[in-house]
Amino acid sequence: MRLELVKRPQRSALFSALSPFIAFALTLIAGAILFALLGIDPVSAFYTYFISPISEVWQLHELAIKAAPLILIAVGLSVCYRANIWNIGAEGQFTLGAIVGSMVPVLYPELEGPIVLPLMLLMGMIGGGLYAAIPAYLKARFNTNEILTSLMLVYVSQLFLDWLVRGPWRDPQGHGFPQTVQFNDSAILPELMPASGRANWGFVFALVAAVVVWIMMSRMLKGFEVRVLGSSPRAGRFAGFGLNRMIFFAFILSGALAGLAGISVVSGEINQLKPVISPGYGFAAIIVAFLGRLNPLGIVAAGLVLALTYLGGEAAQTALGVSDKVARVFQGMLLFFVLGCDTLIHYRIRLVGLRAKAPAPDPATAGKLGEAH
Amino acid sequence: MSEELATGNLLEVRGLTKIFGSLTACDHIDLTIARGEIHALLGENGAGKSTLVKMLFGSLEPHSGEILWQGQPVRIQNPGVAKKLGIGMVFQHFSLFEALTAAENIALSLDDGSPINQIAAKARALSYSYGLPLDPDSLVGDLSVGERQRIEIIRCLLQLPQLIILDEPTSVLTPQEADKLFETLERLRAEGKSILYISHRLEEVKRICDRATVLRHGKVVGHCNPREETASSLARMMVGSEVKAVVRAPVEGIEKAAPLLEIRSLTRKPATPFSIPLKNIGLTVRAGEVIGIAGVAGNGQGEFFEAVSGEVQQQDAASVRIRGKDAGRLDITGRRLLGAAFVPEERLGHGAAPRMKLSENLLLSRHATDGKAFVGTGGMVKANAVYSAAQRIIEVMDVRKSAPDPEAAALSGGNLQKFIVGRELDRRPAVMVVNQPTWGVDAGAAAHIRQALIELARSGSAVLVISQDLDELFEISDAIAVMHNGELSKPLPIAEATFEKIGLLMGGAEPCHAEHAAEVV
Repeated sequence: MRLELVKRPQRSALFSALSPFIAFALTLIAGAILFALLGIDPVSAFYTYFISPISEVWQLHELAIKAAPLILIAVGLSVCYRANIWNIGAEGQFTLGAIVGSMVPVLYPELEGPIVLPLMLLMGMIGGGLYAAIPAYLKARFNTNEILTSLMLVYVSQLFLDWLVRGPWRDPQGHGFPQTVQFNDSAILPELMPASGRANWGFVFALVAAVVVWIMMSRMLKGFEVRVLGSSPRAGRFAGFGLNRMIFFAFILSGALAGLAGISVVSGEINQLKPVISPGYGFAAIIVAFLGRLNPLGIVAAGLVLALTYLGGEAAQTALGVSDKVARVFQGMLLFFVLGCDTLIHYRIRLVGLRAKAPAPDPATAGKLGEAH
Repeated sequence: MSEELATGNLLEVRGLTKIFGSLTACDHIDLTIARGEIHALLGENGAGKSTLVKMLFGSLEPHSGEILWQGQPVRIQNPGVAKKLGIGMVFQHFSLFEALTAAENIALSLDDGSPINQIAAKARALSYSYGLPLDPDSLVGDLSVGERQRIEIIRCLLQLPQLIILDEPTSVLTPQEADKLFETLERLRAEGKSILYISHRLEEVKRICDRATVLRHGKVVGHCNPREETASSLARMMVGSEVKAVVRAPVEGIEKAAPLLEIRSLTRKPATPFSIPLKNIGLTVRAGEVIGIAGVAGNGQGEFFEAVSGEVQQQDAASVRIRGKDAGRLDITGRRLLGAAFVPEERLGHGAAPRMKLSENLLLSRHATDGKAFVGTGGMVKANAVYSAAQRIIEVMDVRKSAPDPEAAALSGGNLQKFIVGRELDRRPAVMVVNQPTWGVDAGAAAHIRQALIELARSGSAVLVISQDLDELFEISDAIAVMHNGELSKPLPIAEATFEKIGLLMGGAEPCHAEHAAEVV
């Protein structure tokens, strides 16, 4: 017996819209089972995980801090995925954006003034964009699989950062810790409302990026080009849209946004480079992109949900004593259920095998069968 | 098996119904097929022929009604059941692996584990005994379309079917190859096998079929003996009304008109191991004329269209000239800007993006030529202008649809084709290149499209039509050239062209040795 996926003639508009919520509900159910097996009361665990981290205003600021890079990266990735281009390496583009953007405060710490920050942000975008251009070039020129190349470049970038902060960029006054100098005040992303919490301009960048990309995808010729090439490449070629141009466009755009996220996190939150600057934003953003149904506005909501799983993970670690890896498990389950729901909207499952293999009861048929053999 | 059963009807279908959403594709179909008859299933595209046949072959399950096989009610859940009953099918679109040999392809479908050389020997014997010579060891990729069809037929016959369903078998054959096929079908009939023959070519149905069932809009509109009908009475049954004949006034002095599309020594290497190289193609289309390109499918027409449209560019800029300007190195957008328009063969996925609205599909081919009208500052699409232009085309071309601006995939083939052709006509292009303008389109829509192409030419444009439908080419062309194996013959003026001559060229005869080649065929 085997399972077969049969394409549905029509997909239900209702379930398409509900799918993220169903996926979230299924994640909660699976999570409840998980907590129960760990011997923790699921109700209090969920309270710790999802409610307590957002019960005060300063905590909402923390939520915005975590959501900003997720939204920025996911908005860029949504353009790639709509174009049927699979950039999995946003984590690497994030890292390179952080490194290139940090060149200014690390190498020229004496440089101050209003020019520093815009320069850093711009260089961060260039760094992420150029790093994303590598898998784009390899795909356009040699038809390599961008899933593999972009993913592998993540590890290259992380090891490069590790080498920088332990070697040439290490702070000489840092007591041997693997980290750069602290950025000067001109190089730090300002907070939005210092009176109520730490949230910085990164969240504004994320919202602006989401709105701009939403306008591009729904109202502009460029977005039309992305959608045509992604859904029917041959019709795209007939339209005169170049696939190779699109590969570079989508990679560089998503790389630049990931790079902006990288430098924003370093400049607004960490204020120096360290061996690890991201709790996996680049990968979690893939979940955000799909949970937001590849729609930039949906991604804003999805980014807030995923950010909550990070905060919940931290809260659960302190309050319940479970590993912070629980956050990763939640994110993984969420992606699993989102993709599962999407698949079941387009396909239905059929069991094949039992009946088809049964011997034919009709003797005439059986006779013919014998002849044929 | 008892005597009584052997003399009765082989297959009887009662009240078979299939519903897709709001569409009743088959509505209480009744059909009987006797032993040893060739039974025609006639109907326009969309009449429900394919749906009916898919239910008989187990690809679709009916909503209601029953199928009696040799007098016994049966349920055909999948093609495996159909094969075991003794129903074989030869599809219009072959399912063969090009990189495997004929015998290997046959072995794959038999799925009974017998050794390959045994299958090859059986296939060879069978093919010669039915007058369909086939070398089982040849690679499918090297075979012509006619030979590939033989593999499909042999593969079907090896399963010892009682009923053979043939779906538009002659649509890929030259007239001469079709004659050979008819001989085979008559032999099968003489052996007592039954054949369900699906076609919309009325002449051949009259020639070989004993009975006919005519479908229209999913319903049986009549059973008849096609030999007692005329082609036009059959057509009336199929369409339900008179089809407006296409009018083509002859043109005078065309040789003096300006050449708008010139193709000079166009050569293209094969892009994949199984695509056809183009060899030194030359052709001129002048203002005011329609040139037809005939040929069996897979002789380089697709490659030729790609090269002329600019989807694939050439090294030599002068190999394609549009309105006197070199266009060989321009992409499709550049060629459109010179005044050319293109309609590819595949509607869904090539000429139109299936999941996009008609207005978006209008933008697909006209975002550059109508940049001022459709795209505003900063690359913003003027959705209102695009929408009203789409509505104008829908009205002019009489596109029938269920919503104001539906997705392309929601339209029937004929209506989508009217929209795609209308999208290009709306520009009044100086050069129009169309591949299979009416493939899978109902008779009314086909006549509409053909008339529109002739009128475009008569208003001073150059029209190039690639088609496998000879009737269509004879209806609309001022001259017909034939593409065979990547080479293009000289265009024959319509006054000199006959089915016989064009058929020989389609089979690969050299134009000057036509008489000699006739003996070989």
